Amino acid sequence: MLQRIGALPGWARYSVAAAIGVLVLTFVQALEPGGLERLTSENASGAMLRWSVPILLAGIGGLYSERAGVVNIGLEGMMVLGTWFGAYGVLVGGPWLGLLYGLVGGALGGLLHAIATVSFGVDHIVSGVAINLLAPGMVRFLSSEVLTGYSGGSITQSPSIEGLGSLTVPVLAGGTFFGAETPDVLGAIDRWELFFVSDVASFLRGFVADVSIFTLLALAAVPATAWLVWKTRFGLRLRIAGEHPTAGESLGVNIYYQKYKGVIISGALSGLGGAFIAMELTGFYREAQTQGRGFIGLAALIFGNWRPGGILVAAFVFGYPFGTALRDLDGRSTHALLLVVVIALAAIFVLSLRRQKVLDAILSGVIASGFFIWYAFTDTAPDWLPNTLPFATVLLVLLFAVQRLRVPAADGMVYIKGET
Amino acid sequence: MNGVGRKIVLALAAPVIAVVFSLALSSIVLLISGSDPLAAYWDMIANGGRLETIVDMLNRATPLYLSGLAAAIGFRMNLFNIGVEGQYILAAFAAAVVGANVILPGVFHVALIIIVAMLVGAIWSGLAGWLKVARGINEVISTIMLNFIAITGIIAWLAVEMRDGPLTPNSGTKFIPESGQLPDLNGWVEVFTREISGGRKLSAVLLLAIAAGILFHLFLNRTRLGFDLRASGYNPFAARAGGVPADRMVVLAMVYGGAMAGLVGMVDILSRHHRYDADFTPGLGFAGIAVALLGRNHAVGVAVGAMFFAFMDVSSPILQITGSATREIVTIMQGIILLSAVVAYESVSRYRLREEARAAAAALAEDRTVS
Repeated sequence: MLQRIGALPGWARYSVAAAIGVLVLTFVQALEPGGLERLTSENASGAMLRWSVPILLAGIGGLYSERAGVVNIGLEGMMVLGTWFGAYGVLVGGPWLGLLYGLVGGALGGLLHAIATVSFGVDHIVSGVAINLLAPGMVRFLSSEVLTGYSGGSITQSPSIEGLGSLTVPVLAGGTFFGAETPDVLGAIDRWELFFVSDVASFLRGFVADVSIFTLLALAAVPATAWLVWKTRFGLRLRIAGEHPTAGESLGVNIYYQKYKGVIISGALSGLGGAFIAMELTGFYREAQTQGRGFIGLAALIFGNWRPGGILVAAFVFGYPFGTALRDLDGRSTHALLLVVVIALAAIFVLSLRRQKVLDAILSGVIASGFFIWYAFTDTAPDWLPNTLPFATVLLVLLFAVQRLRVPAADGMVYIKGET
Repeated sequence: MNGVGRKIVLALAAPVIAVVFSLALSSIVLLISGSDPLAAYWDMIANGGRLETIVDMLNRATPLYLSGLAAAIGFRMNLFNIGVEGQYILAAFAAAVVGANVILPGVFHVALIIIVAMLVGAIWSGLAGWLKVARGINEVISTIMLNFIAITGIIAWLAVEMRDGPLTPNSGTKFIPESGQLPDLNGWVEVFTREISGGRKLSAVLLLAIAAGILFHLFLNRTRLGFDLRASGYNPFAARAGGVPADRMVVLAMVYGGAMAGLVGMVDILSRHHRYDADFTPGLGFAGIAVALLGRNHAVGVAVGAMFFAFMDVSSPILQITGSATREIVTIMQGIILLSAVVAYESVSRYRLREEARAAAAALAEDRTVS
């Protein structure tokens, strides 16, 4: 059966995966004492979508950089620049300028990373660490110089800023179409209260009701990247810089230029992710508000196997616990998610047994039992769990699937023209 | 220029270029923001000469130095231990909890706290080493993830569990009894100088850091294991061909680095707060990476880097007091110094390699014409 799913075209495979995901969620929430409905509610999927966007943008950003062969752990720093510049842009000239400023602010971080790693051959990790140290200092300095001049602004915070606004899709979620009322199809199906069918409808409605325009732009980056990086000359040149730079150079591709291109786009997208956090998630700039989401983006890049579709899935998986945690004052939704982890690990356990991988089976069995004991002996999950889950998930994925991941061949290697 | 002089000039070129460049860049930033850079620098230097500032500086440099050494052990064999941050916080927390719950005679109590810290740091770091060796997971990724699991997970969980008493604004773990507190070095210093005012205490962890530095140097340069470690860094293939077990070296380097990282939090635990609380100093792990890079992973170099960063951290508040500049300029300066230093080191070492290649080619050519 696995082979048969694997043979399906991409969109169908993702739909099957999503359907399985929602099914698992309906299942685990039904098992919670007293039952839950919030895991598949439109609030859950809407929140998931919002919280996924910064992770997605940082992850896609990382893709451009690493496909060009430059490891970018400076994503976090570039995102920090994006939060500040995004907020500043909104203060100066409204949300669209905020979007632009966030993009440029992040791109400047990317430019710095490119100068250090490409032109001067500095180790990519070293430069990334330096940027992560530099960026918070820079925005703090800028805040002290600029934000303190605004009423409601301080050295750590900006006054509140407006976002890009949101829209509701007509027909599917009952949005207006040129002023005319339309039916709310998904909402109607949700009210039938059929097992699974209504859950799917409700979950889908979260994607189309009251969605931020910024979110739509970010989602558009996924197909755009898939096309740009894999179907165009632009992308082919970018990828050869990350796979086999000397071969590219011998064919007349300017590898330095390609790497600059990748790293600057990478910074720009992370900066957008930062601007999204300031403009859409919180509605103001606050110091350290990225909370490691740049690193989660890096995790999404790995989880997604350096591919845009995979990164989108990873962003949803990592964003989901943050989204549900918002409305989870009693900790029961997160508790149900523990069972999802158990199910996933149990699946790995069964697979490793069938493939006769002893160490994998032992590891997954032990970790799955640990999570199951945690699940079985508690009624609620602690509030720190959503923050930690993405990082633990990536470690687990790497633990069991690192051989299946395919890193760009020359990723992380310093390339100097004429040296082999 | 003769050989030795040239070598010294080349070695000093990079840091000097980096400092000059970052001073120039920071001056431009200060000028744009309407401050007088020279006045700002002078305020910092003048303040840096005060005895109290020097005590603060040493107290800040001590953990920075230990953190720098922890990162440097990995760097020496091209292993990027980004996880010092998580390792030292986890280690300090465990040490604080254990230290508060036992009663032992003085020396043993302190020793136990230090050993627990080193052990926990070593285990957390060794985990990343094991993941690399057994499962092929890159240590940069695993240590980043382990940092977050330690800080946003384990600490966030246990800090609440182990809290001493009801919810207070700065709730921490139980206090470590007197026998587990390290005496300060004020008495030793005051023999030579005047009395240290303002209730400042020079932490005795400084001595531990100096010892760690000496051990670090001797280990890398005078032991077989240290040689193997450096060899693996210079040329992993040659080292493996020479019989160095690559996997073992990776795990050992991570374990030693983690044990060193365990010492980073000791200034706070043994000398300052005597418990793990909200005032515990964060960010030393990443700053340590910066310090290690500035000091070229060399025991003395890292010490200079740590003192330099500590000087900047400690003397920045004076800018706010005299009003000559915004104190945040210091963080920018540190970032610029770090970036320009790594760029300068890289450029100088490339220049040196080219020069050596040219000299070798010239010598060969001469050889041929003679014969």
